[in-house]
Amino acid sequence: MSGEQAAAAGRVPAGVPVGPGGAVALSRVVPVSGRRWTVPRWVRRAVGPVGLVVVWQVLSGGGVLPADLLASPVDIARTAGGLVADGTLPSAMGVSLQRVAVGLVSGAAVGIALALVSGLSRLGEDLVDATVQMLRSIPWVGVIPLFIIWLGIGEAPKIALIAVGVAFHLYLNVYAGIRGVDAQLVEAGTSLGLGRWGLIRHVVLPGALPGAMTGLRYALATAWLALVFGEQVNADDGLGFLMNQAREFFRTDVIVVCLVVYAMLGLLADFLVRTLERLLLQWRPTFTGQ
Amino acid sequence: MTPGTSTRPPESSRPSEPVAAATAAGAADAQEGGGVAVRVDGLVREFDRRRVLDGVRLDIRAGEFVALLGRSGCGKSTLLRVLSGLDREIEGEVLVPRRRAVAFQAPRLMPWKRVWRNVVLGLPGRPERVVAERALTEVGLDHRADAWPKTLSGGEAQRASLARALVRDPDLLLLDEPFGALDALTRITAQRLVAEVWRERGCAVLLVTHDVEEALLLADRVLVMADGRIAHETAVELPRPRDVGDPRWTALRAQLLGRLGVAEADGGADSHVDGDVDGGAGVRRTPDGRGADR
Repeated sequence: MSGEQAAAAGRVPAGVPVGPGGAVALSRVVPVSGRRWTVPRWVRRAVGPVGLVVVWQVLSGGGVLPADLLASPVDIARTAGGLVADGTLPSAMGVSLQRVAVGLVSGAAVGIALALVSGLSRLGEDLVDATVQMLRSIPWVGVIPLFIIWLGIGEAPKIALIAVGVAFHLYLNVYAGIRGVDAQLVEAGTSLGLGRWGLIRHVVLPGALPGAMTGLRYALATAWLALVFGEQVNADDGLGFLMNQAREFFRTDVIVVCLVVYAMLGLLADFLVRTLERLLLQWRPTFTGQ
Repeated sequence: MTPGTSTRPPESSRPSEPVAAATAAGAADAQEGGGVAVRVDGLVREFDRRRVLDGVRLDIRAGEFVALLGRSGCGKSTLLRVLSGLDREIEGEVLVPRRRAVAFQAPRLMPWKRVWRNVVLGLPGRPERVVAERALTEVGLDHRADAWPKTLSGGEAQRASLARALVRDPDLLLLDEPFGALDALTRITAQRLVAEVWRERGCAVLLVTHDVEEALLLADRVLVMADGRIAHETAVELPRPRDVGDPRWTALRAQLLGRLGVAEADGGADSHVDGDVDGGAGVRRTPDGRGADR
């Protein structure tokens, strides 16, 4: 320090530590393992849903929730048992699952194909992307009447509705995934002598996989949503039909059973995507939570 | 072009060609391998009418280790990209071997491929795992063949990247500041590894770097680039392994630092031996108006 600065330091108000000898407050760094009592993850994940059911049962039992507005969990379990026993629920689920599967596969095929065309080539982008972006902003629920006019009231309009919802989500995310691939890796691939197809197969598509997985999550959610809409219009089987019928007879217990089935199927779909991500994206160096 | 005498070590597997052959007309086709690994003449590369490479002339003999120094933005990386074939919007003559490989500053491993699959990526046909393992052994990384790139340390990733270049059995190895992102200790190990690989392989190497000491430790010839041209070149005729305490080495270092426009100062943390070549280098300037301690 120059003399002037030293003099300035001398004018610092008392209490501000200026030099050696001032005591520093130390705090202990607590090891993670000593601090944390670990509960298995599946237990932690189950706490929310189970707690919700318990609260619900308590409210129903205490008379806060009248049975004609919302049946209690115990009643619902009994109704569900009956629906399973007489075969109504399994057959409805079978029909609905089949619709979702067919719609998902066909929608995914179209969405991914379009995403590849516009993601991989600039010509494809010019031809496809603007069109898809335009159609995307049409609310797809609004086209149900048109689908019925065009495709009748059979399976076709329901599957088409699911496919449309799925296709847009996959298109957007796969396209974004392809365009989000690190240009440095593409360049590295080029320097290693990969041709166009080699680059697509070894660099671009694996790089787009995280985006595709996000798209798949959205697509599955949309597929269930589209299923409900589709089955409540002109259906004579499936979960949506069961719900519609129950509404007419004021059977809140049946409605709730169907909703629970939807929730379970959603949970199952989420589990499938998680498993798929764990298998396909294990290379990804991303934050996984603490 | 200074015809540097052959500084190739005698244990090289490839015969050192006489330098004169490099300029002979018959050796013009680099793919013939007639002693020339790289021939560049009148190379121009413009970015938005700004000349980044402005008539570069460069010859590299087969098996020669050349270091390319320059301040950031001088065009040295652009030159390397041209030689690697990644940048072809150029004018001028560029002859390079068909078998060439690049190791970039960032390892650029495909994160979705295990290490050994990264190494054989782009090889023709269906390469066996053994091929990758051989190259990985050469860089001391065979035990990580099955690892995901995200689990590698910086030095390991860089070695995997080097193995990926070596597995192509290149006649020209292009290294774009490959040690730039490594810590000081890992860098020393990596530099030794490159020296060893070069000694055993005998391929031509072009090392782009901004580290004068690295260039002087490894290269037969050091080029300094400025304003899109090769502004200066020095043959490093010192025996290997090089000794940083050797006064000739220190003198070369000072000379090159001067060429790069950096006056050598004392008290620098990275200085091994400070020959005060520049008269004023030892004096710390403390202009008036600024505190003496800053």
